[in-house]
Parts: sequence; C-alpha cells; structure tokens
Amino acid sequence: MDFLNTHLLSLILFFPAVSAVVMLFLPKDEAKLLRWFALVASLIPFALSLALWFGFNPSAAGYQFEEKYIWYAAIGSSLHLGVDGLSLTMVLLTTLLTPLAILASFSVTDRVKPYMMLFLFLETGMLGVFMAVDLLIFFVFWEIGLVPMYFLINQWGSANKDYASLKFMIYTMGGSLGLLLGIQLLGALFGTFDLATITAKWTSAQGFLLGFPISTVKTVIFWAFVIAFAIKVPIWPFHTWLPDAHTEAPTAGSMLLAGVLLKLGAYGFLRLVLPLYPEQAKSFAWALALLATAAIIFGAFAAYGQTDFKRLVAYSSVNHMGFVVLGIAAAALAAGTADARIAMNGAILQMFNHGLSAAGMFFLVGVIYERTHTRNLNEFGGLFPLVPIYGGILIFTSMASLGLPGLNGFVSEFLVVRGSYPILTPYTAISMLGLLFTGAYILKGIKQVLHGPMNEQWAHGEHKLTEINTREIIVMAPLMALILVIGIWPAWILNVINNAVMHLF
Amino acid sequence: MTTETLIWLIPLPPILAFFLIVLFTNRNKALSHTIAVGAAFLSWLGGMIVFARAIGVPELGKEPFASSINWIPTADTWLKIGVLIDPLSAAVLFFVAWTILMIFLYSVGYSNFGQPKGDHDIAGLPPHGATIEEHGHKHMVPSIEPMYSRFFAFISLFAFGMFTLVVSDNLLTLFVGWEIMGLCSYLLIGFWYGKESARNAAIKAFMTTRIGDVFMLLGIAFIYSATGSLSYHDIFQPQVLHTLATVPTPIFGLSAAGLMGLLLFIGTVGKSAQFPLHVWLPDAMEGPTPVSAMIHAATMVSAGVYMVIRMFPLISLDPHTMTVIAVIGSFTALFAATIAVAQNDIKRVLAYSTISQLGYMIAALGVGAYVAAAFHLITHAFFKALLFLGSGSVIHGMEHGVLHTGDHGVDPQNMFNMGGLRKKMPITFWTFLIGGFALSGFPLITAGFWSKDEIFTEAFGSGNTVVFVVLALAAFLTAFYTMRQITLTFLGKPRTPAAEHAQETPWTMTVPLIVLSVFAIGYGWVGIPEDFLGLHLNPSWFHEFVGSTLAVMPEAVPFSWIVLGTSLVVALGGLFVGWLVYRNVQSAAEDKLQIPVLKNKYYFDEIYDFLFVKPSYWFAETFVYQWMDKGLIDGILHSFGKVTTAIGSAVRNYIDLLIINRTVGDGTAHITQWAGRNLRPIQSGRIQQYMLVSLIILLAIAGLLFYVLVRV
Repeated sequence: MDFLNTHLLSLILFFPAVSAVVMLFLPKDEAKLLRWFALVASLIPFALSLALWFGFNPSAAGYQFEEKYIWYAAIGSSLHLGVDGLSLTMVLLTTLLTPLAILASFSVTDRVKPYMMLFLFLETGMLGVFMAVDLLIFFVFWEIGLVPMYFLINQWGSANKDYASLKFMIYTMGGSLGLLLGIQLLGALFGTFDLATITAKWTSAQGFLLGFPISTVKTVIFWAFVIAFAIKVPIWPFHTWLPDAHTEAPTAGSMLLAGVLLKLGAYGFLRLVLPLYPEQAKSFAWALALLATAAIIFGAFAAYGQTDFKRLVAYSSVNHMGFVVLGIAAAALAAGTADARIAMNGAILQMFNHGLSAAGMFFLVGVIYERTHTRNLNEFGGLFPLVPIYGGILIFTSMASLGLPGLNGFVSEFLVVRGSYPILTPYTAISMLGLLFTGAYILKGIKQVLHGPMNEQWAHGEHKLTEINTREIIVMAPLMALILVIGIWPAWILNVINNAVMHLF
Repeated sequence: MTTETLIWLIPLPPILAFFLIVLFTNRNKALSHTIAVGAAFLSWLGGMIVFARAIGVPELGKEPFASSINWIPTADTWLKIGVLIDPLSAAVLFFVAWTILMIFLYSVGYSNFGQPKGDHDIAGLPPHGATIEEHGHKHMVPSIEPMYSRFFAFISLFAFGMFTLVVSDNLLTLFVGWEIMGLCSYLLIGFWYGKESARNAAIKAFMTTRIGDVFMLLGIAFIYSATGSLSYHDIFQPQVLHTLATVPTPIFGLSAAGLMGLLLFIGTVGKSAQFPLHVWLPDAMEGPTPVSAMIHAATMVSAGVYMVIRMFPLISLDPHTMTVIAVIGSFTALFAATIAVAQNDIKRVLAYSTISQLGYMIAALGVGAYVAAAFHLITHAFFKALLFLGSGSVIHGMEHGVLHTGDHGVDPQNMFNMGGLRKKMPITFWTFLIGGFALSGFPLITAGFWSKDEIFTEAFGSGNTVVFVVLALAAFLTAFYTMRQITLTFLGKPRTPAAEHAQETPWTMTVPLIVLSVFAIGYGWVGIPEDFLGLHLNPSWFHEFVGSTLAVMPEAVPFSWIVLGTSLVVALGGLFVGWLVYRNVQSAAEDKLQIPVLKNKYYFDEIYDFLFVKPSYWFAETFVYQWMDKGLIDGILHSFGKVTTAIGSAVRNYIDLLIINRTVGDGTAHITQWAGRNLRPIQSGRIQQYMLVSLIILLAIAGLLFYVLVRV
C-alpha cells in the first residue's frame, strides 16, 4: 500500500502507455481480447485516480502526491509530478473519459490493435500535461498527446480526414513552437525547468538574457504561451481547426478531443499564464474578454448555421469554451478579489462540465451516425418514435449542454457570469446573447433529429434505425449521472476547485 | 415533523415520480399515473399542512418558516439555498397545490385512460380513435394516448419545478424552478412532436421566454454581486435596499435597484407572456389541454408575476421601473383582449385572455398594488385553470362527437362548430359558466369580481387614472369575449352533427372542474375589503395576511363608488352585449369582428419573423459560418498554407534546383568534367613530354619558393 501511495501519480500516468506496449504482443485478430484489454487497462488508472481523489487533502496548499525522478539533469529537468485541486479535477476527467471512449469504440472493427494502442498513448499524453510540475516534461507530454490524435483522425476519420488531421497537426504544432521557445527561455533564465522553483524565484530574476532585459524576455514568453494555449482552447479566431478535426475524427476521438484536449489549453492559462504573468495578463485581459465574447456569440451562431449534426456539436464547444475564457479573463483582470475567484471556480468547473456534456453529445452523434452513415440534419427528423430511449438521452444531454438549471452546465456558467459581471460588465452582458443562441442551436438539433412526423426513411427494412444498445447506454450512464449530480450538488467538486483557486490566485 | 423539514419535502414527490416513471414504470400506464397522481397528492398534502400551520402563526411575515443550507463554495464564503414560507408563498403554495392536484387527476381522463389502443396511433401524434364492436356494429371511440406514461412523467417534473419555485428562499433556486418549468413547457408544447405546428410552437415558446431569462439571469448576477447574497431576506434588509435605491447606474438614469428590477422584469415579460414577448403563449396551445391549463394559465405563467410580487420591495424602489411595469401591464391587458374577441379556437380565446389577465396583475404591481396583484394572481389561477379544463372537456366531448359521426373535417376546437352543448355536457357547462363569470368579474359572487375590483380601486385610488381607464376598457372586452365564447359554445342549437353527438366527460375530468369552480367563487370572499359599500365589515383576511409579508403593511385604499360603478358596468355590460351579439350568429361569416388585423394578432408573428428570425438565420449560416469562418479566417489560414507552399517551391526552384543543384552541384561536375577534358591532351603517354612538364613545374616552384623565402 505504501508503494501505491508514494507512486500513485506515476502509476496512473504510465499504466496506459505500458499497457499499450504490452498490447503490441497481443494477436491482432483477436478484436474482442484487444478491446477488453484496452478497457481494463484504462479502467485501472480510473480506479487509481479515484483513490487519488479520496486521498487528496483539499484544504492543503501546493502540490500533493509529489514524485521526482532524475530525467535530464544536465539541463535541469526532472520528471517532477504532482497534483493540486486544479490538476486533480482534470486528471479525474481524463481517466473517466478514456475508458468511456474506449468502450464507445467497441464497434470499431478496422485495425483494432493500433486504434486501441493510440488511445492508451493518448491518455498518458494528456495525463502527463496535467501532472507535470516540470516545464520540459509538460512540453513533452503536450506533444505526445498530439501524435496519437493525429493518427486517429488521419486513419480512422471520415471523408475529409486528411485535410482535418493536417490542419489540426500543423495548427497545434505552430502553437507548440512558441511554447517550446518560451519554455527554453525560462530554462535559460532560471537554470531549471522545475515549475515550483521557477515560481518561487520568479520575481527575483533580474538583468539581461542574450542582451535583452528580463522584462522583455518575459513578455516574449508570455505571448508565446498565450498563442500556444489560445490555439489549443481554442480561442476565437484560432478556432477553425476545431470543427474540422472534431467532425472528421472517429466518435471516440471527438469525445476525447472535446472532453480533454481542449482543456489542455485552458489548463495552460490557469497553470502557467495567470500565476506567472499577473501583470501582463491583467493588461491584456480586456482583449481576452473580447475574444471570449466573440467565441461565445459567433460560436453559438456558427453552430446554429450548421446542417451537419456533428459540426453543430463541434461549434458548441467553441461557444462553451468561451465561458471558460471569459472566466479566466475576469480572474486575470481582478486577481485576488472574491469576484475573480468565483469566476475562476466557474471556469474550472465549466472545463469539467463541458468535458462531460461534450463527450456525451459527440458520442450520441456517433451512435446515430454509425447506424445511418449520415450526419446531415435534413435527413433526420421524426426519429423520436423509432428510438425513444436514445431520444430521451439526447434531450437530457442537450439540456446539460444548454445550461439548464438543475444540470451541471448551469452551475458553472452561472458562476462565470456572476464572477465576471462586476469585473467585465459589458462583455458579460453581450455574452448573454450567446447564451440565448446556445438555446437556439440546441433546440435546432433536437428538432431536426427527433421531432417531426415519423421518419419513413429510417423506419423500415435494412435501414431501420435500431435503438441505442446496452453498451452505449453504459457509456452514457456515468456521464449523465455526473451531469445530474453536479447540477444538484456541486459542492463536492467545487470544494476542491475552490480551495485550489484560493491557494493559487 | 418540523414545518421546515416538511417544506423541504414538498417538491420531492413529483421529482421522484418523474424518475420512477422514466426509468421503471414507463411501460405500465396505470402504475405511471398512480405514481404521478400519488406524488401530486403527497405534495398537496404537505402543502396543505404547511399552509394550515402558516395561517396559525400570528406574525408569519416577521418570523416566516425558513431554513437554508450551504450549496456552492464561493471563494471564502458559501452560496446558500433554502426554503421559505412567508404569507405570500403560503398563499401561493395553497393554490399551486390545489390546481396541480386537480390537473393531474384531470389528465387521467383527458388522456383517455381506460380506452382501447388506437387503430393507427403512433407516438408523437394525438390519439386518433379506435374502432370497437358493440352490439354487432362497429363504431369509433376515443383511444388512449400512446405516450401516456411520458405525459405523466413530464407533468411531474413540471410540478417539481413549480413547487421548488414557490418554496425557494432565494432567487437562484427560484430561477432553477423557473427554467425547469420552461423545459417542461417546451417538452409538453411539443408533446405531439409529429405535428409541424407543435414542433415549431415548442421552440418558439422556449426561445421567446429565454430572451427574458437571459436578462433575468443578468439581473440575478447583478443583485448577487451587489449584495453578496441571493436570499430574499438578505436583499430586503433596509440598509441594503437603501443603498441600491441611491446608487446610480449609467443605464437610462436608473438606480441600481431600478436596473435590477428592470432586468428581472424582462424575465417576467417573457415568462408571463407580456407585450412584446407575448407571441409564444397562443401557439403554446398546441400542447395537450391539461398542459395549457396548468402551465400556460395557472402556474408557470403566474410564476412571472409571482417573481415580481416576490421582489416587489426591490423593484418598487425606482419609479421609472414601476412606470415601465404599469405601462407594459395595462397595455398588454387591453391589447390581448382586443385579439381575443376575434379568435374562433376555444383555447386561443383563453390564451389571449390569460395574457390580458396577467397584464392586469403586472399593471397592478406597476401602480404599487401589491396585495391586489397577489389576490388576482390566485383567483385567476383558479378560474383560468377551470376554464381551460372546461374547454378541454368541451374539446373532448366534441372529439367524441367527431369520431361518432366520422366527419373528420370538423375541427373540434372551433367554436363555430359547437353550440347547444349545455344540454349535452351539463357539468362542463355550469362549471364553465362559473369560470367565465369569474373571469368577467360578475359582481359579488365570483372571485374574479373581488380581485379585479381591488385592482381598479388601487389604480384609481393611487391616481393612475390612465391605467384605470385602460384596465376598465379591457375588462369590458373580457366580459364581452367571454360571453361570446359561452354563447357560441354552450347556448343556442348545435351547429354541427358532431356537436349534437358530444358527450359529457368521465368523472376524472368533471370532479376537478367542480372543485375548481368552488374556488372560482369562494376564494373571492377571503378578500372582501373592510369598507365595501361604506360598510364596516371584518378586515379583509387576504389583505391582512399577504400584506404582512412586506416590512410595512400596505394601506387599504378607501372604497369608491366610481370604481364599483365602473366595475359593474363593464362586467355586466360586456356580458350582456356579448350575449346580445352572438346569440343568433350561426357561422364565422356572420361574425362582424373577424377583422383581419385582429385575427392575425396584429401581424406580430410576421413582423418578428422578418425582423429577427430570418436575419438571425442569415447571420448564423451565411455571415458567421460561410463568410467569417470559412471565408475570412480559413482564407487567412489557407493563405498561410499557400505562402508556405510558395516559399517552399521558390526554395526548391530558385535555390535548391538553380543554385545548389544546377550551379553548385551540377556546376562542380561540369567544371571537373571540363577540366578533365581539357587536361587530357597533356596525358599523351610520351615520357619526354612528361619529363619536360615536370621540369618546368619544378623550376616554377623552385623559383616561387626562392622568391618568397628570399624576399621574406
């Protein structure tokens, strides 16, 4: 037990990757074995992260469950892992969504082995970013997460996959470039990549680097970070890779893209940009708020203008992540005040909540796509009498996405609005227009898929639409349960987030 | 059990019923409705016990039943939620519990429980009827609703929302209940989603009310950040109110309190279907009739008014906001009444009547008549629920006739197809008459008279003559269209064979009608003003009770003969004229009031469609998606790609190919080749020549060395 406690993070982190390597030696034709192996391999980290969650002390400051191993001593980088309330929430989200995504992929029959392996590698990549307390490690995992997703889109995606995967890869790489540069500069400045040390020494750094004053260097790093994270979130107008990548990715890929990968960008803002650059963040917060408002409004409108069901859901991510960014902007502008902390609580909870509802929505789109091989909203309509259970689940999840009070999205959006209202009044007020149109596109989705006279095209013969099956319900059940629980009793998770926010900002 | 615990428990049975029906009993219709009605009964029971205890507390306004818990951690403090029963919410709880229970019971009969399955019924469309064989010949009878269990699940969820809203002690859970009701309204309007009209009406209702809701949420955020709390108790602290009333805002010169009030009020405009967001309510009649009665007459639309009454101490601080409220309310009251006179659908008349009556309450609040608004809210809930259920009963009876005659071209909701129903459906007729008279404000006996009279008195007494006149005009129209409705539906002779074969509905539908008609009469008597007719009666119980919710008990406005006279003239006059005009009208063609502008509701749907709906669609699809995202942003991105490709091919063509390959690479080879070719002649194979060349080179080097070394 002691070993478990002291190595919990590295176990969670590397278990999926090691399992993926083990999978290499499994026979490639035994699809059933491969699927179950991958599922179990992703369930163990989930179980471990539950242990992590319950072993975590929310009221303590700083990182917990820290581990440090020598990695690249010559340049001052070590494998330093740790979690606080902020990263713990994201770790939980990741380890929860990965098994669900793998379970969702049980219907994949094409090259099951590499497919499942990529998911496991992806999980390690994402977890590493959240756990890293060392900037170089942060970057390494950041890039590791990118590669499996590229192949998942490129190999298992739908019609326009080449364009989408290339756009996704190049765009994110373009951001990573600045991120790497920024991290290198920090390493050069402080002689270490350890985030805890850098944070501690932050203000004491004086003088020149490569002939430039430190303050200039810091501003350069600030912008390098901001652009990298802005692309990843994505903040409007860096968002156009998202609808393409999400739409073309296989269902489970979209689930993780929307569920976790987008959170990496927001996490970067919270972990690096805001704590390290309170001054710069404060002076550019208005721009961030403006872009957040644009994302909320234009994201909602663009979603409303879609005829492709999956693209509609993809654009809803732009809309929802806009609230995360609005919260971050408010927090940056008024750091230290209660309003800022409330906005921050809202932003972090919104990250978690969006992970649940977006993953659910993408999965539900996938369920129907798998059966009909189309995502065109105009070909649906009147499916409710054919698939009543699916319809009920879709309405439930859509309402979570819409931010219906009583479900999770409302709590986080309300906190963001409440926190940013006194700080960024006009932006918040205009963002409410986006909230209005969130309703419009969600209802459009329900109307075009479920409502209407019974759809004869999918009612008979070989095209007969079959009801959502047990496995698919099992994928949705945990998501729906959490959506409801957080909507009714958010304190259990907000308590962890709130404590982290109190310590961090 | 303590009263506080009981209050917490009131909303729970319906939500449990919802989950039970959805998850477990959805295939068993009898079990589903038993659970739903049972849950409504439990909530009703809890509500009655709480109400009984509440009226037993002498100073309930000062010391209400209240209890709260920590809900959300916010920085270093908590956002609390809790329950509260003060005189206002006790009075509201009373009517909500009664109407909900009655409507649940009514739904059993309305959805044709006990009838056979339909011949061709499918989920998503109203039941079409079933063929049965009796005494050797076949005939059609109504069939059971195919989504019977789902209906009870939805209305249970709705009941949860309404009870939550009523027992809340804060704006946040009020908003939660408010939105859950909005969802249920959407789901139930679109209950028969197979109909295109229902599909669109559902979205229209949700979106229109949501316009109000986002403003309301903004108002809530404003109140929360300004006062640090959302509980009524904290917001209504005198010093907090004083600050809010004095702090200015940059918008329209309103005080903070005024702006908050205005934002919240916009929420009410949406929810209570006030002008200019009234357009959704008439279309909402696409839903099953119990839904129209419960959601779109008695409870949900009343919730908007309830919220303004609840927040009255805050909203009433700014006279500008109060003026806006009074203007919107009285305008809506008259405007909707004018539309109602030209409608032929029995439910649509009631829908416009609801909008108009809600306008009365809003106008009352605008002139500061706190108690009168609450009073009319409650009496209206009773008699309007009664009227809607009555109209549902009429439609049901007509549907029976339509199925019996087999003439499916007859619209069972069009009043011109009815006539003479008083003999076929006596219980429905008498209860509808009571409801209609209450709505018209028939003097002394009906509840509507007392509550409407109080609004007139307050409007007149507070010097708002314009409001008074407008409301009086609206009251005349109300009595007129109500009598038109009663005359066309129940009096005279049947105008179609379907009406001739209409049949009284089962007990599950008539019992609620009878119970509600008791309240439609009796509830007025709890609010008879003390100095009515200049007499010295007992103080009005309702005024004393509900008025004590406020920190300062509002003064009762003195009795006025002018007001009473007006009240009598408009009510009786309207009823009489309505009867006079319509007693002999046989078809819509003979009706002089079928004026296009009224029939088409002043073309608001068309105007909104042109101004808002179509442009947003264009903005979303063409501007944002096609032009901005696909054109501009992706265009810039792709141009990066193009530039990179151009740079790449330039590097390839002009550097790699030209300089490196051709010049350096190939060039080196060329030079080597050239040199080799040209040096070939000296390798002739003749020794003498080699010797000679060696000697020359040797001498040249020696000379060079000598020259360099000696010079240095």
